[in-house]
Amino acid sequence: MEINAFVIFFAAIFTSNILLTNFLGMCSFLSVSREVESAFGLGLAVLFVMIFTTAINYAVYYLILVPFDIIYLQYIIFIIVIAAFVQLTEMILERFSPVLYYTLGIFLPLITVNCAILGVSLFMVIRQYSFLQSIAYGAGSGLGWLLAIMALAGIRQRLKIKQVPTGLQGAGITLIITGIMSLAFIGFSGIAVIQ
Amino acid sequence: MKKIEIFRQSAFKENAIIIQILGICSALAVTNLMQNSLVMGLGVTFTLALSSMTASLIRNLIPSRVRMMAQTFIIAFYVILVDLFLKAFLPEVSRQLGPYVGLIITNCIIMGRLEAFAGKNPPLESLVDGIGAGTGYTLILLTISFVRELFGNGTLFGYKILGEWWIGWSIMSLAPSAFFLLALLIWIVESHKSKAGSK
Repeated sequence: MEINAFVIFFAAIFTSNILLTNFLGMCSFLSVSREVESAFGLGLAVLFVMIFTTAINYAVYYLILVPFDIIYLQYIIFIIVIAAFVQLTEMILERFSPVLYYTLGIFLPLITVNCAILGVSLFMVIRQYSFLQSIAYGAGSGLGWLLAIMALAGIRQRLKIKQVPTGLQGAGITLIITGIMSLAFIGFSGIAVIQ
Repeated sequence: MKKIEIFRQSAFKENAIIIQILGICSALAVTNLMQNSLVMGLGVTFTLALSSMTASLIRNLIPSRVRMMAQTFIIAFYVILVDLFLKAFLPEVSRQLGPYVGLIITNCIIMGRLEAFAGKNPPLESLVDGIGAGTGYTLILLTISFVRELFGNGTLFGYKILGEWWIGWSIMSLAPSAFFLLALLIWIVESHKSKAGSK
């Protein structure tokens, strides 16, 4: 595939936002979007982990799995890499930067089971991106996820004082808002296509 | 508890998607076509049932510190089976589902059932619980994809239902409709529940 890495970067943020068009990372998106501060913390952690795990998984896939012809093990290997990276980050942060640890640390365990992280690695393999393209895709998807969760958290904070029908409170209204956001993001389509 | 009671509880009363809001990612992503939803639902049910049983079989052997890791491995093992099966026998569906088959590993429903049920109950009950939760998941997927495929393409399982006069309602094939339909389902169930509660 001959797509400029910049195009992939912007497309991953806007036209094929990992959350609003691919529905990845919904669980933590719905549960941690009550406050803007915590949404920002989680978004940053996702962005950070996503860039690095995409790079590591790229190396592991093309240097180990392909030469040894064990591609069918990719799911297990990818999830191990992600879990190990998250664990390592947590330990390093705890040791060297207590401030950062208290802002990001509580979100790190959540990230291992965030499907957006594994999803980006799998999309990278399926779409046969080069190394540079993969990094751009990982960074763009992470930024797109951060953008989406910040927007939702901002809306939800204002929604607290509004009256919502009983049956829609909580998950219902959040999904409707996400749907409207997703509609708005369709407006970006046409800028770039990476499918 | 009777097995049928366990099944009803995990499939309907504690429906993973509508009541517990778990496993939304794949529920939204594969529901544009009924065929994809059915395959995905069966894949999740298979993985859920067997990994529940396996986790329950070895629940006393695993120290609680590495429990999560062990559970992830068990799930990944069954997901690989599903993936290889789809690639071999249904290559077209496998291509359309893309990464979502692999993402069954991080489907919170499975981890949730293993933690909440299989860790404390004997294997046979866990198997029934897994099948129940998987059935509940599949039913919701089929409901959403029924609406999306019928109005989006005028077809069901690829067969033309609405005639030539039907012009595809294109938003139904796109992402936003999935959010709206799921919200609508949750709304219906929640208001039904609160009505039943107030009586």
